[in-house]
Amino acid sequence: MSGTTLAGPHLVDASGLKTHFTSRRGLPPLRHTTVIRAVDGVDITIARGETLGLVGESGCGKSTLGRSLLRLVEPTAGSLTFDGIDVIGADDGSLRRLRRRMQMVFQDPYGSLDPRMTVEQAIGEPLRIHALASGAKRSSRVRELLGQVGLDPRVGERYPHEFSGGQRQRIGIARALAVEPEFIVCDEPVSALDVSIQAQVLNLLDRLRAELRLTFLFVAHDLSVVRHISHRVAVMYLGSVVEVASRDRLYAEPLHPYTRALLSAVPVPNPRMEKGRQRMILKGDVPSPARPPSGCRFHTRCPLAIERCSVEVPILEEKRPGHVAACHLVDRVPPASRPTVAAAP
Amino acid sequence: MLLSVEHLTTEFATNRGVAKAVDDVSFELREGEALGVVGESGSGKSVTALSIMRLVARPAGRITSGCVRFNDENLLDLSEDEMRRVRGKQIAMIFQDPMSSLNPVLSIERQMTESLELHEGMTRRQARRRAIEMLELVGIPDAPNRVDDHPYQFSGGMRQRVMIAIALSCSPRLLIADEPTTALDVTIQAQITDLVQRLRSEFTTSIIWISHDLGVVAGLCDRALVMYAGQVIEDGTVDDIFADPRHPYTLGLLRSIPRLDRPVTAELVPIDGSPPDLVSPPVGCPFQPRCAYSVARSLEERPPLQEVLTGHKVACWVDITKAAG
Repeated sequence: MSGTTLAGPHLVDASGLKTHFTSRRGLPPLRHTTVIRAVDGVDITIARGETLGLVGESGCGKSTLGRSLLRLVEPTAGSLTFDGIDVIGADDGSLRRLRRRMQMVFQDPYGSLDPRMTVEQAIGEPLRIHALASGAKRSSRVRELLGQVGLDPRVGERYPHEFSGGQRQRIGIARALAVEPEFIVCDEPVSALDVSIQAQVLNLLDRLRAELRLTFLFVAHDLSVVRHISHRVAVMYLGSVVEVASRDRLYAEPLHPYTRALLSAVPVPNPRMEKGRQRMILKGDVPSPARPPSGCRFHTRCPLAIERCSVEVPILEEKRPGHVAACHLVDRVPPASRPTVAAAP
Repeated sequence: MLLSVEHLTTEFATNRGVAKAVDDVSFELREGEALGVVGESGSGKSVTALSIMRLVARPAGRITSGCVRFNDENLLDLSEDEMRRVRGKQIAMIFQDPMSSLNPVLSIERQMTESLELHEGMTRRQARRRAIEMLELVGIPDAPNRVDDHPYQFSGGMRQRVMIAIALSCSPRLLIADEPTTALDVTIQAQITDLVQRLRSEFTTSIIWISHDLGVVAGLCDRALVMYAGQVIEDGTVDDIFADPRHPYTLGLLRSIPRLDRPVTAELVPIDGSPPDLVSPPVGCPFQPRCAYSVARSLEERPPLQEVLTGHKVACWVDITKAAG
């Protein structure tokens, strides 16, 4: 798509995307510099109107990838387009125009709202910054947005501390919707909420996506939540995407050993199933992204690894129609036993 | 019966008034049994555990009534000195954040040998040997060397293993675990629950496992308590509670979570509203304002926890198997 501004089938298209952070410790001459390869060569596309789920454990780079797509952190290499427009090369003016079209919903509904701003000010702020509405028009738009996220339109005068966690997350969603974006990165939007409240917010997000024709990148560590909300799912491990497939394929026939291990580790509220279950228990912890292992990054914890895995980096390639994975062993391994997904209700 | 909690009530003074964090809680735990305690934040799970250990922060928190019978002794009657001999030796506790209970400036060896010398009367050399054995048992690689490391040198999952090793080193009769895997990644959580399963077959320690994750409790526990607004609203075997929930809140929780063991549904069925304010809880049933089964009596009178099937207790005025929600 590069070199053209025609909208392709993909709203978001990242290729070879890298976001590295440099941390310096100590003073010269004893200063040493480490490079954290948070996102390290990611190819990913998101189609208009779809929800792409992005899962992985803490430190795998999933949040950094989400932020990189919006250029909230600067990618260090690779290419990235939004609706055919080059995001990385965009100057300040075109970046501001792009930002109107891409928004973010954060995990922490407590930390992401200014405690001294009323709800109306918080939701109205993006309208002011982008000069979209002012005065009475802005107030009426804020009331409309509050209604859209299921809050009483009259609560605009109140402050964030007067609301519960679930209500605050709704305010955060209203604020993201204010500028009528096309694409929203939802970064762990329900993980700080109690389980009885999670469902309310998940239903709201899905309804808004359908009604407003939004495109979502849904970043989360909870595999059950991601399965519920996503059309396609990407799995990240140590800065790389290791598998992408449609939701149903990924959960029914995971190809990458890491995805299988993740799925087998998720506990289900079903005592009989839990007690009879054979888990694939991974050894050890995730290695540091400052010193990722050679070859396949998962080889140090992979129960199937062979010598080739420690030497040669596997390419993310199509192993089944529409199902990509980065593993040398996909076709050598018997299909995963999949006790987790029921056939019928 | 190893532990029997009767009518336990713990209150906290807040600047808005008194909150009953634990409100007339009763339950029993048999020798060797693993009991899960589930509920959302503020439901009273942790404060119940802290009350059993008599670790409720004073002066704001206070156990105002009830009794905690452990080994035929009411722990609430013991002096602080006597209680100190129960903690660690008879009842051990592990928390969500191991760093908050490990001393950052002491080596793991010193933190483990201290209680072994105190409670078990071991010499330092014996205690050190025992500490290494325990670390090996919980899967710390290279334990003879790692025992001299400090807490910061361990990862989150390894620290939780160290905590379990410390907790089990004096062979307590009861282990209370308060959200011990909540801060861990799912593959590390699987390592820890796998370890606890294995240890359960080697030790006869009874377990109280507090978690908001229904799946973890389903896999690890024999029985479960469901708490809401400081009260136990359902008590039964995990098989009964998960397959045949009888309280509208338990049913609602199980319906509201997306589950890998079920086909994907278009919409989740949320529980409307939010949990009550414990300073001014509703009169009658605490769940009543959010409940689709609520009847006139729910508004006026608090339903007692009653046995509806053998070994299955519920606090609800309505039989939800017969009523329309």
